[in-house]
Amino acid sequence: MNESAGAPLLRVRGLRKVYGASVVLDGLNLDVHAHRTTALIGASGSGKSTLLRCIDLLEPVDDGVVLLDGRDVTDPRVDADEVRSRIGIVFQAYNLFPHLRVLDNLTLAPRRVHGVPRERAEHDAVETLRRVGLAEKARSWPDELSGGQQQRVAIARALMTQPRLLLLDEVTSALDPELVGEVLELLRDLGSEGMTMVLATHEMAFARDVADEVVFLDGGRVHEAGPPEQVLGAPRQERTRQFLRRVVDAGRL
Amino acid sequence: MTQTAAAYQPSAVQLDRLAYRRGRAVRSALVGLVSTVVVATLAVGGVVTSPGWPRVRSSFLDWDVAKASAPDVLVGLWLNVRVMAVCAVAILVLGMAVAVMRTLRGPVFFPLRAFATAYVDLFRGMPLLLVLLLVGFGVPGLRLQGMPSSVIFYGGVALVLTYTSYVAEVFRAGIESVHPSQQLAARGLGLSYAQTMRRVVLPQAVRRVVPPLLNDLVSLQKDSGLISILGVIDAVRAAQIKQATYASFTPYVVAGVFFVLLTIPLTRLTDRVARRQGWQGAGGVP
Repeated sequence: MNESAGAPLLRVRGLRKVYGASVVLDGLNLDVHAHRTTALIGASGSGKSTLLRCIDLLEPVDDGVVLLDGRDVTDPRVDADEVRSRIGIVFQAYNLFPHLRVLDNLTLAPRRVHGVPRERAEHDAVETLRRVGLAEKARSWPDELSGGQQQRVAIARALMTQPRLLLLDEVTSALDPELVGEVLELLRDLGSEGMTMVLATHEMAFARDVADEVVFLDGGRVHEAGPPEQVLGAPRQERTRQFLRRVVDAGRL
Repeated sequence: MTQTAAAYQPSAVQLDRLAYRRGRAVRSALVGLVSTVVVATLAVGGVVTSPGWPRVRSSFLDWDVAKASAPDVLVGLWLNVRVMAVCAVAILVLGMAVAVMRTLRGPVFFPLRAFATAYVDLFRGMPLLLVLLLVGFGVPGLRLQGMPSSVIFYGGVALVLTYTSYVAEVFRAGIESVHPSQQLAARGLGLSYAQTMRRVVLPQAVRRVVPPLLNDLVSLQKDSGLISILGVIDAVRAAQIKQATYASFTPYVVAGVFFVLLTIPLTRLTDRVARRQGWQGAGGVP
């Protein structure tokens, strides 16, 4: 595991995304190295979620490139479904499939996208559920689970296809405070196992705890990036300081 | 909080509330009973004491005519049931196909989308009776090779054409009711658009629209009687023949009763399914 030695796994250059008159991403640059956890912080509307969706090709970009393993995946000639199948994404609202049991939520992509035989996929699914501590919920329906359990199932579902990169979009924002812990613990474990993660978060304590790099977004650009102790502890940019002050005032640090 | 149910004694306030509610419930039941009896008595009495009642009774409610005409009407009804069953299957398949066509994006699918939209606009707006007449008498007139000559077939085609347009819109509403975040999650897992539709969107959409679909099915059951205008001897036409035979309108009443009896089980099923909405899972993804 040659940490940040090699070329970055993910390289974003000059990314631009516009919705109508509002410029959400304005020439954004970002490097993510393999086996590292990058936390995106910034106010609501700073473009964190949009960035994650653009990386996973769920939104067409308006300019710039996303390079995955050195290959431009925003090229329209690239098979977007194939790229998405190598990236995992988890949403704030879990987005589990309510008509499928937990087990079938997990096996859907392996079976239909990767052609894994049913038995094998179900075996893997139970293993993955065990890893997130929910093996006994395999036969449950998503709406029988608590929010924290649903989010752990959503993470397990994303892990089923062994993604090169895991994108997490404010995965704890919809959870009650006492349920946040179980999800954060799981992410911490994933990070120490070497999963490459990019997560948008409002949990500064968590960003400080697990992130190898913290990236502060503002106005659709990266304003400051670096190790957590620097960005969160001794920010160089005035805007970062302002943002962190507001976070402290809101009692979220 | 740890108090057991046995040890619990309702407070005076709660006892008072319970007594009051019991009183209201008794009063409400009495009002309902009395008002029902009064209205029913007035309605029945009004009809029975009307000057024309004896004539109406003998021409519409003649028990002997009813018994004599019932077998033929039932034979006709069996045809209605078969037409309905076959048409229902065709309508569900085609309705789903048209609905999916309307959701396709991209210029390459423009012809399909345009066709589906034009089709729905046309057949949802056209009275079923007109479609029956035009298809039933027009299409055979083309003398196309290899087309069946059965009038029942063309009657069925007309029913399918009209009802498919309704059902397609019901399916489309169902598809659009599935939150976009579900598609996002499916695409995020690497599923293609077709796989997302097949595995994620349509299963949820269909569960949601089962009650309105059953509604259309009940309606189809009744409208299958309209194919009688093409000369098919279904329940309605059989009743008409019997009406001429006995010079009594009673066979119409017989046919009407049979249609109602036929639709009641479907209606009850609709109610049950509607109440069981929970089976589709939470569905309310934010």
